[in-house]
Amino acid sequence: MNAQTPRRTRGGRAWYLLFVVQFAVALYPPLFNKVDPTLWGIPFFYWFQLAWVLVSAVLTAIVYWARA
Amino acid sequence: MAQIDWVALSVFGALFAFITWLGFAAAHWRKGDLDQLSEWGLGGRRFGTLITWFLVGGDLYTAYTFIAVPALAFGAGAVAFFAVPYTVVIYPVLFLVFPRLWHVCHRRGYITAGDFVRGRFGNRWLALAVSVTGLLATMPYIALQLLGIQVVIGALGVSGTGLAGDLPLIIAFGVLAAFTYSSGLRAPASIAIVKDILIYITAFAAVIVVPMQLGGFGKIFSAIPAGKLLLAPPPAYSTGSYSAYATLALGSALALFLYPHSLTGILSASSGHAIRRNAALLPGYSFMLGLLALLGFFALAAGVGTLPQYAAGFKQFGANFAVPALIMHSFPSWFVGVAFAAIGIGALVPAAIMSIAAANLYTRNIHREFFRRNPSDREEARLAKWVSMIVKLGALVFIIFVPTKYAIQLQLLGGIWIIQTLPAVMLGVYTRWFNDRALLIGWAAGMLTGTWMAFASELKPAYQLVVAGWTFPGYTALYTLALNLLLAVVLTPLLRTPGAPADETRAEDYHAAVQ
Repeated sequence: MNAQTPRRTRGGRAWYLLFVVQFAVALYPPLFNKVDPTLWGIPFFYWFQLAWVLVSAVLTAIVYWARA
Repeated sequence: MAQIDWVALSVFGALFAFITWLGFAAAHWRKGDLDQLSEWGLGGRRFGTLITWFLVGGDLYTAYTFIAVPALAFGAGAVAFFAVPYTVVIYPVLFLVFPRLWHVCHRRGYITAGDFVRGRFGNRWLALAVSVTGLLATMPYIALQLLGIQVVIGALGVSGTGLAGDLPLIIAFGVLAAFTYSSGLRAPASIAIVKDILIYITAFAAVIVVPMQLGGFGKIFSAIPAGKLLLAPPPAYSTGSYSAYATLALGSALALFLYPHSLTGILSASSGHAIRRNAALLPGYSFMLGLLALLGFFALAAGVGTLPQYAAGFKQFGANFAVPALIMHSFPSWFVGVAFAAIGIGALVPAAIMSIAAANLYTRNIHREFFRRNPSDREEARLAKWVSMIVKLGALVFIIFVPTKYAIQLQLLGGIWIIQTLPAVMLGVYTRWFNDRALLIGWAAGMLTGTWMAFASELKPAYQLVVAGWTFPGYTALYTLALNLLLAVVLTPLLRTPGAPADETRAEDYHAAVQ
């Protein structure tokens, strides 16, 4: 790596695996298609997917900080 | 329905008047020369992280989404939640592809996907295919935004027969057309801030207040019929609702950023970093959309579908009336006005951006390419302003005279069509390997089979693909995209000739400049 290397190449491409994790979980319904455990009376199917939005946002932020 | 709620109507009207003023005042915001297409149509590419967040959020999470997703939960149940994994998938795509596209468009002065494809592949017909697909997919989308306004106006009790019944919609349209003409993208960018704040207030108020009234989430979900609570487990030799759910989420996600209005919103950002930061910040809207989807269940649990005062609304608008009915059932009049204004203004923001995007496409990739090669900046901007007007007028005529179900079906077809531009646009950002004619053939095959499959499955999103005795129900858009890609990959080596058109972009155009 010399001084000419643009900023964007800092951090390995392995960080992108975090995107793969987001995709795999979000797109595999058998994982969350159930009622129990419920949270405040909300079936697992609903609260888990909502929670996964927040987890995904954090994972994306990690990739941003690692790569930028 | 017949009774006009004057308090709600006044609040609604006051908020509408405010954003009308804001839309015109926006012309002076970060003032630029509005006789330039990049100023009128992209706001001068000057929006930072925060404004981009409001603008893209206001652009992608449309009024129709706020009505249709809960309506799907109300009518069909758990499958409506596909909107949540869908929004999980879109942001990595935004993060990976769009900063590169932003850089090359900024460097080369591109305003549309057609501009990029023209420059990258040097084939005006491929650029035309991408642009016409964008126009076809956008028109019914604008019509559906006007449908969103129609539903809340109907719910406010403003009704009449013939032209009088459509008058409020025509007024809303006139306001929209006027401020888009005079202020360009600055108008929806400033209004998006108001709209998004109103939508957040409405969503959180509904998610807190309604469960309190109905006795908690446990009570609400126990009132939902078992068949609607979860996805149906797949039968033997089929991936059933699981593959339908996942492909619908993935296909919709890939299609989303190919829509011209998404690209317009993203290109108006001030830097690639602003886009990457938004990939982590925009899920705030996804979370809210998930909460809004729950409103469909709240409406089921509250039983608004059987209350006589809402019968006329459900008769006219079907399940799309579920959210307005729930809001009127649960909140005092003044807040009904706020919530309905959120939906109504929520329709104007994307409708404005969509019409600007369509105008940019026509002006740049059809008129300039095929009719008049070297227009002055002033001519180009003037033409775009008029085209945006005509596009909106078309949508208005459509929604007034054509039955709603056709607008919804066309919107479904639009998703199948727009995804066919993915190889040229999204993959084109990464590689020039594909042959331009192979891409064009792949596109045509995807358009034709996609349209045929959509009609074969009676204009429902999922196609029942049967392979070796197994059934794989899945989103037609994704299946036809696979065909499109396969053709492009197989034909590229066969069609490659020594004299292939040149690529005017260079590798360093796709990154931030080296310091």
